[in-house]
Parts: sequence; C-alpha cells; structure tokens
Amino acid sequence: MAAPGSVEEMRNRVVLGEFGVRNVHTTDFPGNYSGYNDAWDKQRFEKNFKVDMIHMDESTLEFDMVGIDAAIANAFRRILLAEVPTMAVEKVFVYNNTSIVQDEILAHRLGLIPICADPRLFEYKSEEDECDEINTLQFQLKIKCSRNPQAARESSDPNELYINHKVYSKHMEWVPLGSQADNMNANFRPVHDDILIAQLRPGQEIDVLMHCVKGIGKDHAKFSPVATASYRLLPEITLLQPVEGEAAERLKKCFSSGVIEIEEIKGKKVARVANARLDTFSREIFRHDDLKNLVHLARVRDHYIFSVESTGILPPDVLVSEAIKVLMGKCQRFLEELKSIQKK
Amino acid sequence: MGDEEEKQQPRVLQMVRAEGSDKSCVTFVLHNEDHTLGNSLRYMIMKNPEVEFCGYSITHPSESKINFRVQTRGGLPAVEAFQKGLEDLMGVCQHVLSTFKASVEEYKTKNDETME
Repeated sequence: MAAPGSVEEMRNRVVLGEFGVRNVHTTDFPGNYSGYNDAWDKQRFEKNFKVDMIHMDESTLEFDMVGIDAAIANAFRRILLAEVPTMAVEKVFVYNNTSIVQDEILAHRLGLIPICADPRLFEYKSEEDECDEINTLQFQLKIKCSRNPQAARESSDPNELYINHKVYSKHMEWVPLGSQADNMNANFRPVHDDILIAQLRPGQEIDVLMHCVKGIGKDHAKFSPVATASYRLLPEITLLQPVEGEAAERLKKCFSSGVIEIEEIKGKKVARVANARLDTFSREIFRHDDLKNLVHLARVRDHYIFSVESTGILPPDVLVSEAIKVLMGKCQRFLEELKSIQKK
Repeated sequence: MGDEEEKQQPRVLQMVRAEGSDKSCVTFVLHNEDHTLGNSLRYMIMKNPEVEFCGYSITHPSESKINFRVQTRGGLPAVEAFQKGLEDLMGVCQHVLSTFKASVEEYKTKNDETME
C-alpha cells in the first residue's frame, strides 16, 4: 500500500474515507507531477496491460482488465450497452389479433424478444431500402386457441381446458427471405423458447408477420446485446495496526464474508485481510469509532473487474471483442475524415 | 454550393477556428458521438505533453454531436495533436483486443484440459 496522503496514493488509488471519496479523477497527465514522465508511452502501456479471465460460460463473463484508464474502460462498457449491433423485431404486420393484448403492446413485446441471429451476417437497413435477404429476417406467429375436447368436464384448469392458450416465443417461426434458406445454414429462432407473449381463450387468435432488422442499443434498448455490462475497481483493504480479540470479531463482521479472516496466534485472535476482492464497501466500519482508524479502504485505480452478461444472442467474449472493434471503427472513421479534409 | 454538398453527405467532422487565432487552437465538431469517444479521446490527447488544453462538451442532450476543443502550446498544430490522439487510441484498442483474445483462448484451453 502506498503511504496515506502520498503522491503515489493520489495517482494510483481511489480512497474511501468516512466523509467522502478522495482522488476520484485521473491526474497522471504530463505537467501535473514533477519527477514523473506521464506522456503517452505505448511500450509502457503494453508492458503493464493485462487481461485475466476469471469466469466464462455461454452467457456470463467476468474478467480483470489491469493497466488502463477509466476513460477507455468506460468506453468499452458504454459500447457494450449501446453500440454493439444485434437483430430485433422492428416491424410487426398484424393480420389478425383478437387477443386481449392490444396490437401496439404485442408489437412492443415481440420487439423485446432476443433473436438468435448473428448480426455480423446482416447489413443495416435504411428507411428507403427494400426488405431483402441481407437486411431483414422474417418471422411468423400464427396461433389460434381452441377448446380441448378431451378435457374432463369438471376441470377448471386452463392448461387442460384449452389448446394453445399460452403463446410462447417458440411459436415464432422463421420464414426465410430470398436465398436465406440455402445460403445460411444457421437456424434463426428466439434465444429462449419459453417467453410468454400472450394468453388466449377459445376463438381468439394472433396472426402476425415480423421483420427483424439490425440496430444498436442507442436507438432502442431492444437492440442491446447485454443484459448488463459493468465494472468495479479492485478493492484494497489494509489494516494499519494489528486488530485482536473481540475487536477482530467485530472487524470481520463489518466486511463481506471472506474478506477478513481470524487466525489464532499464540492463543490470541488476530484479524487478517484474506480476500479484499470480495468486499462491496458497505462502509459499516465507519460506525465503529474504535475500528475506523485502524483500516485504510481504497480501490486500485487501474484494475477493472468487468462483468458482462449476454442476452444469449452472442457469447459474451465475442461481444467484448466486437465492442473493442466498434471503438476502433470510430477512430478509423475520424482518421479518414481528417485525411479527406486535409486533401481539400 | 457547400450547403448542397452537406445535404447529400451527412457531416462527420467539422473544424472551427476562431478568427485571428492560429493553428494551435481548434474546436472539432464530432457528429453522432458522445462521451464514449469524447472522453477516451480526451484522455489520449491530454497524455500528449505538447497539448495545453483538451476538453469536450455535449452541446445539448437532443443534439447528437460534441464540441471537442484542442489547444497546443504552439509548436504543434492542433489538428496533428487530434490525429495523434486518434492513432494512439487506435493502438490501445488493437493491443487490448489482441490481449483479450489471447486471454480468452488461454482460458478455453485450460478449461478443456480440466474437463478431460
């Protein structure tokens, strides 16, 4: 730990005090500190930068990104939420809807269903473009509810009385456009089969045709590829003095479980920081006047613990790669624009 | 004439320079951008010792553009500082992407081994 109040601490730690958070902003810019060379150095960045996977499965990803500034880490997070494209239902053609769900509500519900289709296979569709195989995916939902003739007379269970009374996302059927069926061996469908869209009663029916297009979360949240994408800074908890006996027990209770552990040393209970990473900084410690000055709470400024939860359309590691590429695309676009302006 | 051209092609980048100021002070107008590019680019440009000031503002919540100001100490034209910032940011992204991909691969092979 850097000494409290030192320049090192000011540069590298966000300090959590009793009455506020200190050293929040990045200050390591050239000219701010004498004796430090803060000019951008690609080699130094590449030497210090690290990515560690903590956990990855089909839908969630947790990884550490170390040695980068908040400005850039936050750009990745923002892009994940709002600028990585996906396919979602954009237009709903209602041929018949006699259910109690109004057309516009139904259309909205259909829009929010994640569609399992790789957006990289498609192009954006502009207002004047015709729908074709490269910019549109078509789905049909055609379902009618009826009485179940086999149902027992005295039954009052709708599941037994009616057929097709629950409309699920699995009832959406892909209708290939143009050469989609031959060219793409992918099977386009909703990510989850069991999303309840509407409930029907005998005689009611829904008959709609849907057009999915490529879009980004900035335009509408239904296009967002993540359920959530967030980061937190690595906690750093330091005991400034040995904490023993009853105080150690109380100290342990002030933090999330697993953060502080108690060891027996020569018959005495001594507190030890076991795993600061688990802490959520509840600030409980500041309610104990005798303990609050014995610990130093901080966060490591350049250590980001990212957590990305995909909606299931693309695996989360692909989403992060795509987000990085989106930021590169932005830089590229402005570099090219700059070039063309300078030519004029 | 210029207007017609602008109507046909949506503007991406504009450069505004106050009258009488030299090349070291330029405000760039980045269309269809927000904090995502604004803040990360500001960080990269501020890391350049030649730059005296760099900042941005979102003109209005319902306008999707940012005003991006760059002032250099005089030696370097602001446009070049801006360009260097973009190139540096591009370099960072490239490195992050390759590191991230390598890390994913490593995790996957390690996981496969433990599965077997």
